[in-house]
This record gives sequence, C-alpha cells and structure tokens, in this order.
Amino acid sequence: MIGLSVFGDLLHGFGTVLDPMNLLWAILGVTLGMLVGILPGIGPALTIALLLPITFNFSDPIGAFIMFAGIYYGAMYGGSTTSILINTPGESASVATAIEGHKMAQKGRARAALATAAIGSFVAGTISTVLLTFVAKPIGSLASHFQATDYFAITLLAMVAVTAIVGHSLVRGLLSLVVGLFIGLIGLDSLSGAPRYTFGTLRLLDGIDVVIVIVGLFAIGETLHVASKLRSTPERPAVLEKGRRLRTGYLTKSDWGRSWKPWLRGTALGFPFGAIPSGGAEVPTFLSYSIERRQARKKGRDEFGDGAIEGVAGPEAANNASFSGVLVPLLTLGLPTSATAAVMLAAFQIFNVQPGPQLFEDQSTLVWTLIASLYIGNLILLIMNLPLIQIWVQVLKVPRPLLYAGILVFACLGVYSLSGSGYEVLMALVIGVVGFFMRKLDFPIAPVILGVILGPTMEEQFRRSLVISNGDASVFVTRPLSAVIIVLTVLALFVPYLPRIVARIRGTQPTRDRLTFGEDD
Amino acid sequence: MKILVGYVPTPEGEAALTAAAAEAELRGASILLLNTSRGDAYIDARYANADELAAAEAKLREHGVEVTIQQAVSEGDVAGALLKAAAAEDVGLIVLGLRRRSPVGKLILGSTAQRVLLESPVPVLAVKVPSPHD
Repeated sequence: MIGLSVFGDLLHGFGTVLDPMNLLWAILGVTLGMLVGILPGIGPALTIALLLPITFNFSDPIGAFIMFAGIYYGAMYGGSTTSILINTPGESASVATAIEGHKMAQKGRARAALATAAIGSFVAGTISTVLLTFVAKPIGSLASHFQATDYFAITLLAMVAVTAIVGHSLVRGLLSLVVGLFIGLIGLDSLSGAPRYTFGTLRLLDGIDVVIVIVGLFAIGETLHVASKLRSTPERPAVLEKGRRLRTGYLTKSDWGRSWKPWLRGTALGFPFGAIPSGGAEVPTFLSYSIERRQARKKGRDEFGDGAIEGVAGPEAANNASFSGVLVPLLTLGLPTSATAAVMLAAFQIFNVQPGPQLFEDQSTLVWTLIASLYIGNLILLIMNLPLIQIWVQVLKVPRPLLYAGILVFACLGVYSLSGSGYEVLMALVIGVVGFFMRKLDFPIAPVILGVILGPTMEEQFRRSLVISNGDASVFVTRPLSAVIIVLTVLALFVPYLPRIVARIRGTQPTRDRLTFGEDD
Repeated sequence: MKILVGYVPTPEGEAALTAAAAEAELRGASILLLNTSRGDAYIDARYANADELAAAEAKLREHGVEVTIQQAVSEGDVAGALLKAAAAEDVGLIVLGLRRRSPVGKLILGSTAQRVLLESPVPVLAVKVPSPHD
C-alpha cells in the first residue's frame, strides 16, 4: 500500500503548493533562477546564499524551500540560454550544452536548440521528480536503520567524494576541506562544553554562524572573483529565426525524433549522478554528451561538432534530472552532494528542520509540498522560458559593475539584518576576501562549505560511535555497512586518476591526464 | 586629414556615418571609423559584428571615401577611446551621433558625447537622427 500513501501525501502537497502565497514563492523562485542561470558567474549557490539571511524572517519555512528549489532548477533552464545564444555557459552544468548548442544557433537553428533544451529539461525534470516521489520515502525508511558509525562513514564519503572530483588538484581540494572543518570546529564543544579555537574572545564561543560563512564565500568571494575578470569582448546574441506559431512548432518532426531518446538517456544519467556525491550536474552532462556523440556515430550521422541537436537535448535533460537526484540524499540522509545542496541544507538547519529519515514523518507537509512544487515549477518554466526568451536575454545587458556592486551591498545588508552588528559583517567580508583568494589561486570552494556544514555532524557521529563502543575504534570497520562506505570513500580518492589508471592497464597513453570538473554552483 | 567617426550599429550611428561620408567627400578627407563598447556587459548591441562593419565600409566606399576601421573594447571609457584615437591619428574632425538621454540616465551612466564635445582638441560635428516629422 506504499504506492497509495505516496499519492495521498503528494496530493496533500499539491494542495499546499497551490495556495496562492506558495505559488507566488514558486514563481519568484523559478524566475530568479532563470535570471541567475542566464548570467555567467552568478549561480544558484550565490543566489540562495544571498537570500539566506532574509529567510530568517519567514514564519513558515515552506515558502523559503519552494523558492530555493525553484532557484536551483530554474538556473538549470536559464544556463542553457546563454550557452546557446552567446556561447558563454551561464552555469557549469551548461558547459556541455554550449558545444553543440551555439553551433546550432550559428546555423540559424537557435530556436530549435532552445526548444529542445527547454522541453528536454521539462521532460527530465518531471520524470526525475516522479522518481524522487517514489524513491525518497523507501530510502528514508532504509536510512532509519543507520547507526552512528554509518552516519559517520557516509558524511565522510560525501565530503571526500565531492572534494576529489571538483577542482584541478586533490591536494588543494583536501586543503579547502580542512579549512572548512576548522571553521566548523570553532566554538563550544557540543559534548564537553570546552571552548575550541575561540582565541579567548566571547564572540567566537557560539562558533561562526554557517550563514556568515556561506554569504562570505559564495556571495562576497564569488562576486569579487567574477568581478576581477571583468574585461570581456561583448557578444552579440545569435539571432532567433522567425518563429512559427506554436511552441511545438519550434521543433520539426525530425527534431522530435532525434531528441526524445537523448532526453530519456539524459534523465537516466542525471538522476543517479545527482544522488551520489559527485558534485552535482557537471559529470552527468558531459557523460550524456559523449554518449550521444557515440550513439550518433554508430548511426553514421556525424553532425557532432557542427550543431547536433542530440548534443543539446541530452546534457540539458541530464542537468535538470540531476537536481531531483540531489534531493534524494539531501532529504533522506541530510547529505548534500553539491555546493548548492550544502547551502540548502544550511537553510534547513536555520528552520530547525533536520533532514534525514525522520523528515518524512516529522515534516511530511514540508517535504511533499516541496516535491509537489517541483512539478508545478517545471511547468511554469516550460511556459515562461521560450516565449519570453527575448526578455530573459535583456539581463545580459546590465552593466556588470552595477550588478556586482548591488550584490555586494545586498550581501552585507543581509548579514547585518541577521545580527544588527558590524562584527558579523566584518567577519563575512574577511571570509569573502579569503574566498576570493582561494578562487584566484584555484582552491575549490565547495569542500569548504561541505566541511563547515558536515564537519560538526561527522564529529558528533564519530564520538557517539566511540561512546557506544566504549572507545573501541574498530567499530567503524567491523560493521559491514560502515566498512563498505569507508572503502568507497578511499576509492573515491582515485576517481580523478581513472583515465590514467585505465590507460596504464591497457598499456596506452592516457587521453586525459586527470578527470576534473569545475565547481558546481 | 582624417575624419574620425564614432560608429555604432544604431540609427544614431548610421546618421553619423552619413554625415561623415558627406563631409569627407566635401573635404577630400579619408575616414577613420571607430567602433567600441564599454565591454562591461555580456551583450552589447552597440559592438558591431563583422557584417555590420562590412556594411558600413561598403557605404563609405560608395561615396568614394578611403576608410580605416578600428574596433576595440574601451574598458569603461568610450569617450576616452574616441579622444585617444583622435590624438593618435591626424584627425581634423570628429563626427558623433547624438541620442536623447534622460537626466537620470545621464547622472548614472554619464554622457559620452558631452565629454567628447568638451574635451576634443578638434571640432566636433554632432548629428541627430532625422525625425520622421521633419
């Protein structure tokens, strides 16, 4: 009867999300998401970080989460627009789209590329939300059997796996992670009450608020980083060919025929990759791209590199599907698998909502409203995206100095509104400057935020395990589930070197030295 | 002698181009066409693409005028770029297109034309788009 109860819960969720106020949050979220998705350098993590302080004033967390989710997947829709029209990916998840998408636009097929991206995103978003609907609760109840040692192992896996895969160097990634863990340690020890790393000041006894770290790193640091790369030659967006009447008319019959399989394959890749700690959408989009290229070659159609519609349809479906995938571990285990998910987890903590196996029992309305809002949001995006494309592109005309200055002011205001003291603002600015230099010197940011958010959880579970086992450290390897996860953690460290290892075994020269993926934002 | 024209692919720019062509014909001068953008936004319709520059060049050649084309991003200072180009070459006249600006718009973004008019060492010919009622 599980299926039936899911439908009941979901219907209840739809009931809540269709409340005018919540619907408004959904529309606001996806619109904001679209806009930041279109703007290169400004991503969903930055936007949610910027809005995080404001949500303290929300009486009801549901609206905030509907909006945050909307920003996340709205950005996936928006990212494709810039990729296709001006060949500058708006989001790291849309880098693969730019390869074929911009070629299509140059050949006068911009509308078709945008349409296959938007419809593919909708199809993938909807299918993966259906998957989320049915998978989340069973995984949640599975996770309720988890013990402290398993939780310790799984937080460790999340941190290490994301660290291994983002950025260009494992050592730098691990250093970033350690910085994050250190910031997470500051304050009173939750078990013994001893002050740690407070340097004798009372201010630091409560630790550094995670919101301040997030605003500092993602809003201030990122903005300084993109602003430092201000100079660029302006682009002219590719001209949209004259539209036919109906939105389905954007795609010809053969376009539909060539698109639907990549959509489904992209969904099949995106969802599971979102769910495992791989840093979000970038891995599945590139996988989807290369799979579509191989498929096309097999059929003897070698349009890739010259504007193949499959190369847009697949990756765009994959990046949207990955979002629902990201929500699976986030909601059921409280485990973020990308930077944006980590920021969303911080939002849950602000509202004292603890994601995890109990979430579906304790916060049933919240979870199901959030899931229902994904269905609605995807529909809104499909309706808004293409007809209004000319309006969306206008945001690219905003002079960037004004934009970045505005973001910085807003970030400082947000932090000030939290505490009403200049001390926190100053702290956020210092963290922002540190974040700027980290980006400048090629240290990834995502591990820091994972360290800050997951570090305290990991420590708590670690010590709880030891208390239960009377100080016997072997519990982490004698319980099979924990042992398996720890082995996976160690293996995750080798993932970036996979091409080299495979080449060594085959006795050939590696085509790529290292698997690296840019920062997910 | 050279005539410097600040060209943008808009009605104002076309008006400046027409006036510059007539002036060059009259004076037997060659034209230095400068297209630039502040370069602070991801897209800028005033930064001409290859087709638009080719069209502008063809239009001038029709008048039998020699053209040199310069295009560069001026890093936030369009007026400065025009003045620098005027100083670097043997320029005897600058031709500009004017457009109507709101006081607030001028306050926030400043006015390129005003700076060129005030700071140019050579005479400036400022052209408006012919209004449809005239």
